[in-house]
Amino acid sequence: MSDLTTARFVNIGERTNVTGSARFKKLILADDYEAAVEVARDQVDNGAQVIDVNMDEGLLDAEHAMTTFLKLIAAEPDIARVPVMIDSSKWDVIEAGLKCVSGKPIVNSISMKEGEDAFLEHARKCMDYGAAVVVMAFDETGQADTKERKVEICSRAYDLLTGMGFPPEDIIFDPNIFAVATGIEEHDRYGLDFLEAVKEIKQRCPHAKTSGGLSNLSFSFRGNETVRRAMHSVFLFHAIPAGLDMAIVNAGQLDVYDQIDPELREACEDVILMRRPDATERLINLAESYRGKNAADEKAAEEWRGWPVQRRLEHALVKGIDAHVVADTEEARQEFSRPIEVIEGPLMDGMNVVGDLFGSGKMFLPQVVKSARVMKKAVAHLIPFIEAEKDLLPEQERKAKGKIVMATVKGDVHDIGKNIVGVVLQCNGYDVIDLGVMVPWSKILETAREEKADMIGLSGLITPSLDEMVTVAEEMQAAEMTMPLLIGGATTSKVHTALRIDPAYKGPVIHVLDASRAVGVASRLLSDTQRNEFVETTAADYTKVREAREGKTQSVLLSLEDARANFFDAYLSDKAAPPLRPGVHSFEDWDLAELRDYIDWTPFFRAWELHGTYPKILDDEVVGETARQLKDDADQMLDRIIGEKWLTAKGVAGFWPCARDGDDVTLHLSEREEHVVLPFLRQQVKKSRDRANMCLADFIDPAGDWIGGFAVGIHGIEEHSKRFLADKDDYSDILLKALADRFAEAFAERLHQHVRTDLWGYAPQEQLDNAALIKEQYRGIRPAPGYPACPDHSLKPILFDLLDAGTNAGLKLTENYAMLPTAAVSGFYFGHPEAQYFGVARIGRDQLEDYAQRRGVDIATAERWLRPNLD
Amino acid sequence: MSKRHEFEAAAAKQILIKDGPYGTEIQRAKLGPEDYAGDTGLEADQKGNNDLVNLTQPQVIRRICDSYIDAGAHILATNTFNANRISQADYGAEGLVHDINVAAAKIIREAIDARTDGIPRFVAGAVGPTNKTLSLSPDVEDPGFREVTFDEIVEVYVEQSRALIEGGADFILIETVFDTLNCKAAIMAVKKLERELERDIPLMISLTLTDLSGRNLSGHTVEAFWYTVRHAKPLTIGLNCSFGAEQLRPHVQILSDIADAYLMAYPNAGLPNDLGEYDELPETTAALTKVWADGGRINALGGCCGSTPEHIAAMAKAVAGIAPRKPPSIGPDMRLAGLEPFTIAA
Repeated sequence: MSDLTTARFVNIGERTNVTGSARFKKLILADDYEAAVEVARDQVDNGAQVIDVNMDEGLLDAEHAMTTFLKLIAAEPDIARVPVMIDSSKWDVIEAGLKCVSGKPIVNSISMKEGEDAFLEHARKCMDYGAAVVVMAFDETGQADTKERKVEICSRAYDLLTGMGFPPEDIIFDPNIFAVATGIEEHDRYGLDFLEAVKEIKQRCPHAKTSGGLSNLSFSFRGNETVRRAMHSVFLFHAIPAGLDMAIVNAGQLDVYDQIDPELREACEDVILMRRPDATERLINLAESYRGKNAADEKAAEEWRGWPVQRRLEHALVKGIDAHVVADTEEARQEFSRPIEVIEGPLMDGMNVVGDLFGSGKMFLPQVVKSARVMKKAVAHLIPFIEAEKDLLPEQERKAKGKIVMATVKGDVHDIGKNIVGVVLQCNGYDVIDLGVMVPWSKILETAREEKADMIGLSGLITPSLDEMVTVAEEMQAAEMTMPLLIGGATTSKVHTALRIDPAYKGPVIHVLDASRAVGVASRLLSDTQRNEFVETTAADYTKVREAREGKTQSVLLSLEDARANFFDAYLSDKAAPPLRPGVHSFEDWDLAELRDYIDWTPFFRAWELHGTYPKILDDEVVGETARQLKDDADQMLDRIIGEKWLTAKGVAGFWPCARDGDDVTLHLSEREEHVVLPFLRQQVKKSRDRANMCLADFIDPAGDWIGGFAVGIHGIEEHSKRFLADKDDYSDILLKALADRFAEAFAERLHQHVRTDLWGYAPQEQLDNAALIKEQYRGIRPAPGYPACPDHSLKPILFDLLDAGTNAGLKLTENYAMLPTAAVSGFYFGHPEAQYFGVARIGRDQLEDYAQRRGVDIATAERWLRPNLD
Repeated sequence: MSKRHEFEAAAAKQILIKDGPYGTEIQRAKLGPEDYAGDTGLEADQKGNNDLVNLTQPQVIRRICDSYIDAGAHILATNTFNANRISQADYGAEGLVHDINVAAAKIIREAIDARTDGIPRFVAGAVGPTNKTLSLSPDVEDPGFREVTFDEIVEVYVEQSRALIEGGADFILIETVFDTLNCKAAIMAVKKLERELERDIPLMISLTLTDLSGRNLSGHTVEAFWYTVRHAKPLTIGLNCSFGAEQLRPHVQILSDIADAYLMAYPNAGLPNDLGEYDELPETTAALTKVWADGGRINALGGCCGSTPEHIAAMAKAVAGIAPRKPPSIGPDMRLAGLEPFTIAA
């Protein structure tokens, strides 16, 4: 056998892993599989012996992404020559992947987390598909931390596997590498525990292999690459002789052991091997001196203050430093003959640098928003001087690149995305007239006309906003306008724009995917040379989308009757016992300090267009530094929000006896002597053999059961938001809104936990950490109206009425059922152990009509609510 | 004694002989379209549907089988290369898949059971690759597209294998594998069937190469292929069709070194001439394959395209008395595969 194909120690790359590579994730999220395949090719070209493929990302249909990618790389002999590691925490994704891989892959991973039966079932399937497996040291009680637990779990898994005939040489144990030198004493042994466990596992489990994810080890030194690299190298130096066979590692994060500074090497070794009680402290102290980059930054920090004022302004803009900007602007004003020249000169030059860096992916959204804050402060300082000058001179308008009227449409209140786009456009020299939220079409058109705007930008987050945007387009057509209409926001899509909005308006209609595209779109629309081509290409593109849609064989729909026959047959005898504390419970002021620990940070970063899973994102090669800075700012603001009691978390939860009646759930309110019907929708897309066409009602026993509901809201942002805007501080404003959203989600999570363990009390023993909560590893679900399992926003008034959410949680609904305040979450509780999230997806005309009848509305109304589920 | 053990006992003593192809022999019977169709009532023209002949002209198949037994064959494959739902759909005969396979296995079973000479013989239920591939897109513009899913192929093979076992097959022979993922689906099908029937169903797996460098159509090298299918713990692994014995030699050698299973090879009778005919003489084929036997590289030998009972008889004679290959025991390394093998040392 040649040396090329036989290895002793294997580095497994994480470039084609959405949780390990921000770039790869971005490509997959953008559906750019062609470029994603090139990432795999580069990795193999650079010597990867196995490629790890992971698509576990909330925004993705992981199964679809996994199979699509695997099929595509199968067609590339340069890539397909090496084995694949199919990496997912979801067995369904793994199995779908196994069906696409033609060689012998590695499955990463299976474990005894859900007990022996599921573990053995998965192992048997791996045997049938012919795959090696990574087994995580994880059992029913949790992840193994001590050496004893690691060895015990791996031994137990080994015995189970070999007992069923699993080839021992096809087993890879991952005994969990945890962070050391965290300052918490219990963590001190983690490195040593791993090394000793590997040694013992290898002895105890003949022929089995071991592996680990290395980057966790040095987690507490994130930001200090020198120390991290040293720790990784030192760890491997000891782990390989102990028997470690492979590791998931960024090869760029490794140093040659002998070339590490001996002092640092020794300190790392002291920590990893726990050679002295003060090892952590010593490494932390020593680490400071290796913050090479930071030391240089500090030096530079002093230096730049000595530069000429024009360069200082540019530097402040690019770095987003507002500390000296007013003084510097004033100094510049005195140097120039006219104040406007300060804007047109150094300030615009600086913003152009920012725009270029952002456009080329070298700067990220949070930094750009900070730059905008600096710019706004500088401009605010100059305005009075410009106004004063106007009295003396004929009006001379500042040359803006273009003027854009922006609004969140009627019935919708969400504006973080719109504000971000506004800021980005302003940074790039556009005049933005922001009409705010819940803006009726008449006001939008009127403003656009009066201000002689160059284009209109619409935003919206909830489903009914899509129809409202169509209305705006129709009215623009009726008014015979011709200016471009830009469409953005979370529910909008290119397909919806092409199918519904574009045909309603003869002028250009452009869907803008995210803030980073806004400038490119605006500049092309306003360019004499590029406009026509851009408008024509986009129109042609949308025509193609429409044609493709017509020609497309859509997924086959079952008749409603057949879909109902294929309902999810839950074991009704397993249903949750009646609540310990039935009725409605309100919480006037939940402790924010506690909620802080329940925050899921990943969506927070996503709101800032930084893609990656928290906490890994903090170490991301590309956006890590920005993410850390943003997190620091967020933590500081959280300290103030909590310390100075800026916000109030109000919520309500309730439980009612009920029964399933077809696809309805009927609630019995004894105190009101009435029945309330909650109509739900059923999946109609034809499923492969054994999968059910689900409906939320399936989780309720027709013979009698219980259902719950909740609504939470975060109150009090307005006052602070106003203050920030007065201070030209969009950055803090957006930060506050994003944090309020996170608090609302955290409150929903915490309240759900309280419900499971206490109020309803069907899982009193549950003990889950925040990571487990985020992964929804608990029993029961809390689907929200307007989301995939229950897409009809118009159920909210029923829910709010049941909960008296107005009084109990201070929440209101707009006419299109967006919640106010915007940082709010509401939903239903289902306690059945088999209850699960799903997407209703496309439904047929028969269900639409049936639903309209059950819901007691006319078909046109039902159509409006269910638009995204109809085409 | 189970058929698996019976086979192992026989293979430990001698080089076993597998039969040759049915297609050319059926052609010699000069059947007309009505002979093919028999009383099946099928509307489409069935001429050329050699698998249907099991059902409509069983005596023809029996005669061919007898001629291979007379030639010295121990391993007798069913005439069912295309008797699967996908391939039969081309003839509109997919409704007869069960009947064809049961009939095919029965004919061979009866032919073997009629002999009372004490020579061990086995019915290998043959399943072909189908004409759809799981690894490749038929559309060059859309490399991610597949005509068929893994689960569909599994079902196709479950149906065929179940009928073959019902008709009396001892083993399932997955032959002429040009797409490795189709083969994995066939393995999965047999595993499912084993659980359904609660019995052991030994597998024979045979790869076919599409280029002289030694890869199949889906691009796997011989070594990568073996690591990919090794979890099936097949009774035999080997090569068939591809080219003649001469060109197959280096690949048989590679497999012989690494496969801890019995090795079965059944090459074509040389390469086709300009007219597409095989004209390699039985003595030539026999001499070429004897080289493998002399080198201790082979456990079972037979013929594919162009081979006749005469070729089989010549091979049987040539290797009679030569000791069979002893499968090596290979170490407990972790053996993975993409298109190429990758091993992590134990």
